Amino acid sequence: MTAHARRSETKGSGTKWVGRSIRRLEDPALVTGQGRFTADLPTVHHVRFCRSPIAAGVIGSISSPAGAQVFTAADLGGVKPIMPMLHKFNYKPLGQPVLAGGAVHFVGEVIAAAVAATAAEAEDLAEQIEVTFDEIAPLVDARDALAPQAAAVHKDVPGNVIVEGRIKTGGFEQVWSSAATYVEVDVRSRRQNATPMEARAGHAAYDPASGRVTLTCTTQMPHLTRTAIADLLEMPESDLRVVAPDVGGGFGQKMSLAPEYVLLVWLARKLKSSVAWVEDRRENLIASFHSRDQHLTLKGAFAADGKLLALDADVVANIGAYSCFPTTCGVEPLMAMAEMPGPYDFRAYSCRARGAVTNTCPMAPYRGVARPVITFALERLMDKGAAACGLDPVAIRRRNLIDKFPYTSVTGLVFDEGSYRQTLDMAVEAVDVPAFRARQAAERKRGRYLGIGFAAFSERTGYGSPAFAARGMAITPGWETVFISLDPSGFVEARIGSSPHGQGLRTTLAQIIADEIGVAPDRIRIVHGDTDRAPYGWGTFASRSLVICGGASLIAAQKVRAKLIKIASTMLEAAPVDIVLENGEARVAGTDRALSIAQLAREAYTQTHRFKGEIEPGVTESGTYDPSGTFSNACHAAIVAVDIETGKATIERYLVAEDAGVLINPMIADGQVHGGVAQGIGNALLEEIIYDDTGNPLSTTLADYLPPTAHEIPVIELHHTETPSTNSVTRAKGLGEGGGIGAPAAVINAINDALSPFGVSIDEMPATPQRIRAAIRKAEKAK
Amino acid sequence: MNEKTSVTLTISGRDHTINVEPRKTLADAIRDDCGQTGTHIGCEHGICGACTVIVDGAPIRSCLMFAVQAAGKPIRTIEGLANGDELHPMQRAFMEHHGLQCGFCTPGFLMLAVGVLEREPDISDDDLVDVLSSNLCRCTGYQNIIKAVRAAAKEMRKS
Repeated sequence: MTAHARRSETKGSGTKWVGRSIRRLEDPALVTGQGRFTADLPTVHHVRFCRSPIAAGVIGSISSPAGAQVFTAADLGGVKPIMPMLHKFNYKPLGQPVLAGGAVHFVGEVIAAAVAATAAEAEDLAEQIEVTFDEIAPLVDARDALAPQAAAVHKDVPGNVIVEGRIKTGGFEQVWSSAATYVEVDVRSRRQNATPMEARAGHAAYDPASGRVTLTCTTQMPHLTRTAIADLLEMPESDLRVVAPDVGGGFGQKMSLAPEYVLLVWLARKLKSSVAWVEDRRENLIASFHSRDQHLTLKGAFAADGKLLALDADVVANIGAYSCFPTTCGVEPLMAMAEMPGPYDFRAYSCRARGAVTNTCPMAPYRGVARPVITFALERLMDKGAAACGLDPVAIRRRNLIDKFPYTSVTGLVFDEGSYRQTLDMAVEAVDVPAFRARQAAERKRGRYLGIGFAAFSERTGYGSPAFAARGMAITPGWETVFISLDPSGFVEARIGSSPHGQGLRTTLAQIIADEIGVAPDRIRIVHGDTDRAPYGWGTFASRSLVICGGASLIAAQKVRAKLIKIASTMLEAAPVDIVLENGEARVAGTDRALSIAQLAREAYTQTHRFKGEIEPGVTESGTYDPSGTFSNACHAAIVAVDIETGKATIERYLVAEDAGVLINPMIADGQVHGGVAQGIGNALLEEIIYDDTGNPLSTTLADYLPPTAHEIPVIELHHTETPSTNSVTRAKGLGEGGGIGAPAAVINAINDALSPFGVSIDEMPATPQRIRAAIRKAEKAK
Repeated sequence: MNEKTSVTLTISGRDHTINVEPRKTLADAIRDDCGQTGTHIGCEHGICGACTVIVDGAPIRSCLMFAVQAAGKPIRTIEGLANGDELHPMQRAFMEHHGLQCGFCTPGFLMLAVGVLEREPDISDDDLVDVLSSNLCRCTGYQNIIKAVRAAAKEMRKS
């Protein structure tokens, strides 16, 4: 069920495409097997990597069969290590070699590349490479790595603290000591893997005629991939073309630079040929980027009426063995510090956030970045605060949610207008809390344990370069540029720097542009993911593309519109204000005098002499957008049944009340929320990368690491309200991550509510049956 | 191991005579040797179902079958699902109900659903969810896939 409470009219000319659930322009190719994914490309050489089987050690010797094409660090010569950089927060620069030379730091680290004529032969060859090691005792857990006597994983990072942020508001202690009630939660998020259904893949082809290499790969950021690899190989950037074709999901994992891609480009140049690597699922689970693995301790000081007065937070993020490029591993702990207050109003805040280096797979951002865990922690704190203050979970949230805008948070973030209390009210009304409590009590008498959980949160989206600059990133992404052209037949082409991989951006951008230019979306082609064709841009991540690339598209389309009106006004001998663009025509309002857009485009190229030098030839305009950012908000509610015998949690009902500003295509927006919630439910209940004490990953198949199936995901009810953003030219806010941000908190709060008769507190995700049973057993023993 | 053997695969009514190692999976042979890259490989260990094709009328995971085992059996892949330019009701339903996002798992889901519904046109809604839970999708949260398959099931029963 979808209720669209307020559907705002969006400015355009003629038929409105914005706001309509039109079918996706992406789909016809994808449902017929005509999608073009990286692994589909033919290649001369196949590459398979020899990866470290141990978590820490010094490499002794590497030997391979005589005559085989095997490349090691010794062959790479001047290839530079990947070196992301942050100029703040006591960040320690840490380089990651493209191939491990002297030492290995996690299981799965690439040591050598085996090259052969078929994938199977390359795999055979990789297995014949023998490496000897002097093993070193690994550090796997972040808390162990931070212990005072712990050895350094890297000598450049003494104490294993690679980044540390601290914040404390003036007069914190006074506010703290004025409180009536103090509540603490100790929250743990286990390690997870974004698990796109298409694992990573790269294909690099050398062109002997030009000396250029085309790297086709599963990246979310094609342009920055080009810049980074050209830097590392010290080659002219114009000699490298990066193509992101159809990409089978990313969720952040495909945002960070893979050392494997650097090596593929190096190999293509070395062999003057084409080389391809298709990651298998085991490699993806152990050696692609991981995520989460954070430990948060929150202490809240509440007034007697439930108002949160002060928050003291400690964040420890296990960042793995290396720092990811371009964001650096600071992204998770530092975002946790900056966005911890979430949608709640309080003015006293203290936080220490550290990133700890360990002998585990490196971390990269994953859908939600920090916020699924901080929301989980803060929403656990709210539920515990409610219990301590004698309030119900809804009342304590209502008391603390922000409701005056623009709102400047205690960490200096400026929130544009949202609907924090309204979405809470919408969720509460839809689930009918009193009726649920009656049912809960009745079911409990029958030995059936039901619980309800809420999660209110904000989702910072569409932020431009100032927000990234504030983080001190050496590379400061943020803006987007869009070029829109009409060819002489009137067909519209928009070239964009964003790089969608499932989000439906070709459709939503075409809707935005269509309203301005007066043509149908299927007359608009969105060109993305090819650095030879698309303008420099930052790709698709952080719920940014619809807001920023959509904004740039609107700005460019407005310029095209102005130009078409100018041409039409000359041709039709009418005042520009009287021209309307709609249904593929420029018409003098209220008359039947009209020219088709195609004719105008043709004239723009072939009849320029008629414009007396007042109109430039052709139709190509650009728009650039670099906004400050906007906040979406939502309240999730979950009703969960817990089987106390097996520990299994089943979601009976799931509901989202969401506000993402103006929805460009409600069907696509709903799909983003569905998918995010499903990942959040998987994160909350099922998904865990487990290492043993020696740093050996145990979750190496999809039978061990468990993304949810159709069985585990309930129908997700969506309720929308639209607060058009004043910080976004399309009035839209981003919403790609929100589903995943709210779900863990809502689900685990519901589990705790269900188990409230036992007095347990489950503060760990995933809340697996084993963990739930262990908590119940412990509680029963204590009785 | 590297010695190749000649196999004829019959895909959507067309014979492909190929030389493959006996260890080559049907999924790899369809993609590498028969040039039909619409069948995707998501895990190579039989969990995700992205590589589902229809062999002998039953949906199977082509990463768990060797190419040589499929010799002589009729194989249907995503490329043969539409009837010329006319899309299969299942393809139309996935578009209509937004049952795909990145599209990587989509061919597997389409072949799974079609394969099951052709054998059991009157399958119950609950059993259908059971069947669909055998493939993984990371984008959609399944809701729209289930909606699409139920809608297509109705269409398929009509025709």
